[in-house]
Amino acid sequence: MGALHIVVCIKQVPDSAQIRVHPIYNTIMRQGVPTIINPYDLFALEAALQLRDQFGGAVTVLTMGPPMAEESLRKALAFGADRAVLLTDRAFAGSDTLATTFALASAVSKIGETWGTPDIVFCGKQTIDGDTAQVGPGIASRLELNQLTYVAKISKLDLEAGAIEVERRAEGGTQLLSTKLPALVTMLEGSNEMRRGSLACALAAAQAEITVWNAAAAGIEDLLNCGLKGSPTIVKKVFAPGAHTVRAQQIELQDRNADDIARDLLDQIFIRQPQVEADLMRMASGQ
Amino acid sequence: MSDAPRPAASRANTKKELPERFRNHRHVWVFVEYEHGRIHPVSLELIGEARKLADKLGVEVAGVLLGGSEPEMREAAAQASQFGADLNYIIADPILTDYRNQPYTKALTELVETYKPEILLLGATTLGRDLAGSVATTLRTGLTADCTELAIDDERSLAATRPTFGGSLLCTIHTLNFRPQMATVRPRVMAMPEADPSRVGRVVMHPLGMMEDDIVTKVMGFLADRESATAQLAYADIVVAGGLGLRSRENFQLVRDLAAVLGGEYGGSRPLVAKGWITADRQIGQTGKTIRPKLYIAAGISGAIQHRVGVEGADLIVAINIDPSAQIFDFAHLGVIGDAIEILPALTRAFQARLSVNRLAG
Repeated sequence: MGALHIVVCIKQVPDSAQIRVHPIYNTIMRQGVPTIINPYDLFALEAALQLRDQFGGAVTVLTMGPPMAEESLRKALAFGADRAVLLTDRAFAGSDTLATTFALASAVSKIGETWGTPDIVFCGKQTIDGDTAQVGPGIASRLELNQLTYVAKISKLDLEAGAIEVERRAEGGTQLLSTKLPALVTMLEGSNEMRRGSLACALAAAQAEITVWNAAAAGIEDLLNCGLKGSPTIVKKVFAPGAHTVRAQQIELQDRNADDIARDLLDQIFIRQPQVEADLMRMASGQ
Repeated sequence: MSDAPRPAASRANTKKELPERFRNHRHVWVFVEYEHGRIHPVSLELIGEARKLADKLGVEVAGVLLGGSEPEMREAAAQASQFGADLNYIIADPILTDYRNQPYTKALTELVETYKPEILLLGATTLGRDLAGSVATTLRTGLTADCTELAIDDERSLAATRPTFGGSLLCTIHTLNFRPQMATVRPRVMAMPEADPSRVGRVVMHPLGMMEDDIVTKVMGFLADRESATAQLAYADIVVAGGLGLRSRENFQLVRDLAAVLGGEYGGSRPLVAKGWITADRQIGQTGKTIRPKLYIAAGISGAIQHRVGVEGADLIVAINIDPSAQIFDFAHLGVIGDAIEILPALTRAFQARLSVNRLAG
């Protein structure tokens, strides 16, 4: 087996803390909202960089998006990624998760043909704008990669044997899994801390040539699998969450101190939820 | 690009023209998540939801149970039936004892291809999300993740509503021309249905048709959480949570103190996770836990929509916030306009006093 090759899929997303919704048209007002690399993807990128630092080889970052997504790729290069690929084509517009995985999986294959088959494809566990967590598993399915989601730790990588062991976040505990390469790994948040890129990397990133592929360049011949055409789901309606008609009943303050207000609040809680009072009293009397 | 809402006009007018090969797909299925000797509660919540959809469609509810032991699966199937499943498909094979993507994907995909459901629901747990993406991609069908509302439209299609952009907007998504229509729903988003102990269902056994040697991934161990905050927070009867209004990490202790006196769980809003005041498994809201406690006390939380969608199912929401115009007062039932740092300890004292009186009396 040759040198380690890792592909990291990232997504440029609007900084959700600053998203505003148009009060009349219910559309996202993107103007002026800064974009960031999806925060969950940084854990994937850092995990990839750590493995490359340890084993040698190269990290290729891949994103699909509008031409402006190049900015996110440069950031990834500044953190230390070795090369970057931007997959951009009007044909991808309106992709749902299934169409997205088709495009990304095609690009990963093309990356493999160009720079060597990747041993590991990394993704974040989900994005902050879509929150679906479905793109990673979709890519794994299409490329028949062994799927490892919600990985908290990569415990062991044996390139000779083509084997990987991880700790995976499962319901109610941690699953210890071993599988063969090539694998697709989605990293859990908090699994590592993103490094500060070096000055040399930052300078190189600014100058770096980013590989830009349209659908054809990524080896996609059949556009029926892309964008709206390739998306089985249809957004029928977008709307703002309905407002409640009844506002909270306020506890009167009347210049009283916090303890008086708190006692009043407690009474109101018990009046509205006698079951809570009963439960608490049972607990207090020791059964 | 992938999962952002597309312009509503783009294809919202697309007509339903279900291809011939999908027209005999019938019934509403729930993947019943069974691990470590029990059904995940989200699966029972989904059976309740599936019951409503199936009744509207005039079809049946089926549970899908995958696991290592046939007696255990049959027992779980009986439970699923009490909650509303008319029948249960079971694949019992030692290979399925622990969850692994590859054999579970094959098992579920094959059941779908054999028995052809029109709707397939899964819990949006780490297992459900791992499995749903693989199955939907293998079947090349549509999947709507983390739905908050499911309905049937006039054309017998599933209308799956989910929050997007962190809950700023809701969108209703249809899979018009593919089957099954797949959706995941997070724990506690749907109410738990009542069990009917007299209700029984049919069972259909199906073989797996795989050898252990076919499977590349091996489970080497499972370390159960010592404190399963994940499960406890989502299913707690009383939850106390804090937000940035607490002003410092130290002040967050006031939230834990009140939760301890009430025998409840504690959590926080999303910014607290970013600040490192609480761990991610304590986050309440659209991207964290959805809760449905009997009593929810939110202290110093402004009530952004992303938080709101995670707590709306609470029976009683109490908000403490110094800002009278905070959004949380738009959906809380009881409010105190005041500094959480003063009100929280006073409330802890008030409960302590009331409960100790009872202790003496009792």
